[in-house]
Amino acid sequence: MNKRTPLYEQHQAMGAKLVDFAGWDMPLHYGSQIREHGQVRSDAGMFDVSHMVVVDIKGAGSKEYLSLLLANNVGRLKTEGRAMYSCMLNAQGGVIDDLIVYHMNDRWYRMVINADTRDKDLKWMRDTAEQASGVEIVERDDLAIIAVQGPHARTKVYVALGEGLKQKAEGLSPFEATTIGELFVGRTGYTGEDGFEIILPAKAAEFSWKMLAEVGVSPIGLGARDTLRLEAGMNLYGADMDESTSPLVSGLAWTIGWAPDTRRFVGRDALEQEKMAGPGQQLVGLVLQGKGVLRNHQRVTCNNNDVGEITSGSFSPSLRCAIALARVTMDVAIDSLCQVDVRGKYLDVRVVKPPFVRNGKSLL
Amino acid sequence: MSHANNDLRYTQSHEWVIQISDGAVEVGITDYAQDLLGDMVYIDLPEVGDNLTAGKECAVVESVKAASDIFAPISGEVSEINEVLSDTPEILNQDAQGGGWLFRMIPSDAADLNGLLDADAYQALVEPDAG
Repeated sequence: MNKRTPLYEQHQAMGAKLVDFAGWDMPLHYGSQIREHGQVRSDAGMFDVSHMVVVDIKGAGSKEYLSLLLANNVGRLKTEGRAMYSCMLNAQGGVIDDLIVYHMNDRWYRMVINADTRDKDLKWMRDTAEQASGVEIVERDDLAIIAVQGPHARTKVYVALGEGLKQKAEGLSPFEATTIGELFVGRTGYTGEDGFEIILPAKAAEFSWKMLAEVGVSPIGLGARDTLRLEAGMNLYGADMDESTSPLVSGLAWTIGWAPDTRRFVGRDALEQEKMAGPGQQLVGLVLQGKGVLRNHQRVTCNNNDVGEITSGSFSPSLRCAIALARVTMDVAIDSLCQVDVRGKYLDVRVVKPPFVRNGKSLL
Repeated sequence: MSHANNDLRYTQSHEWVIQISDGAVEVGITDYAQDLLGDMVYIDLPEVGDNLTAGKECAVVESVKAASDIFAPISGEVSEINEVLSDTPEILNQDAQGGGWLFRMIPSDAADLNGLLDADAYQALVEPDAG
């Protein structure tokens, strides 16, 4: 039987269509994926992402260990509560997973990793810890995660979860988090909208979910989560990058902490070589010019040459047209016109630089 | 107005057919199928005059989630397509067994309809545990 989050019964009660995701019974939608997508862009929605894995890194050697493990530089997280996005690479520079890491205090960092990659991530983290000392890796299966996203998300969270939370969370900058009682609240997300991700005890999840629903925060399924993140130009692990692709060919060069030179994180040697040689590919955005839908693995051609393939494609509910992320050769220029092979028909697409939508507005 | 389940004939691949007039039939996908596929965003229909072969791909319906092939329930020639779906594919979600019809066709042999599933048989297919 599949695993269930502490909010499983709430999903059922709210009419969710539940599907298998990485061995979990998760809500795909609660009636209409497109309506849910719009609710997040125009108001506020909440996502149960408790299937994702909270891992606490504890001990005096935590910072040194993460400096080895992660491609981004945790040394830049100077103050408590600061968070960053990073890739975890193999020795060849391929992406084992992407994650968020929070600086809790000098001896404690918190990572949130993907559910689908849980076992291999934890094995890799434990293997890598053998080269470090003073580090403890703790899986926090006692915690749940609720993301609340949308232009009204933060205001509604204050109403639902109380004045005490408002006082501490109101001043948070993007990518900053704070602890309020048993809640850990970060101003992060995966939608391109403002909002919070709230990590809380599993036993408190149902109560908070109900309080949020009571102030008008709609439940949003994983279906809308995917179209929201695609519009926001955010990568999906396993689709847009994996162990065979580096951050350099995945639109994630900005997440590599090159400085200082002395920080020899896993995968650095390979990345330096790839950078020197010049990466052969790039991740770009595509916008379909006519009707139809772009899908993963469709081939992209430019001037009758095959230049690459779509890594994530879907219909954009906000833009009312199909959009995609695609890995193509370096000669493909932004703003140029290419074609995508959709069941044998070559449909025109415009090449753009992601994101497509931010804070409810089209960037096209 | 949706067609009553009992007036329709069905395929194993979730298309429905109904005799409308003058030997023409109307073809669509079932309510069960649209619910499974979710929000429709694009419908790729055959062209008027296309000759369809029973069991062969003849159209594609695309929801946000996925693209699904539609198979010709019987052989014949396409006589009309549902133009409304081009700009409002969501009608397929709202009224799959009525206003969301896909196309009309003149069957090569009207008797082919008899080879399709009736409402009870289709119901048993999609809900084998019911009843």
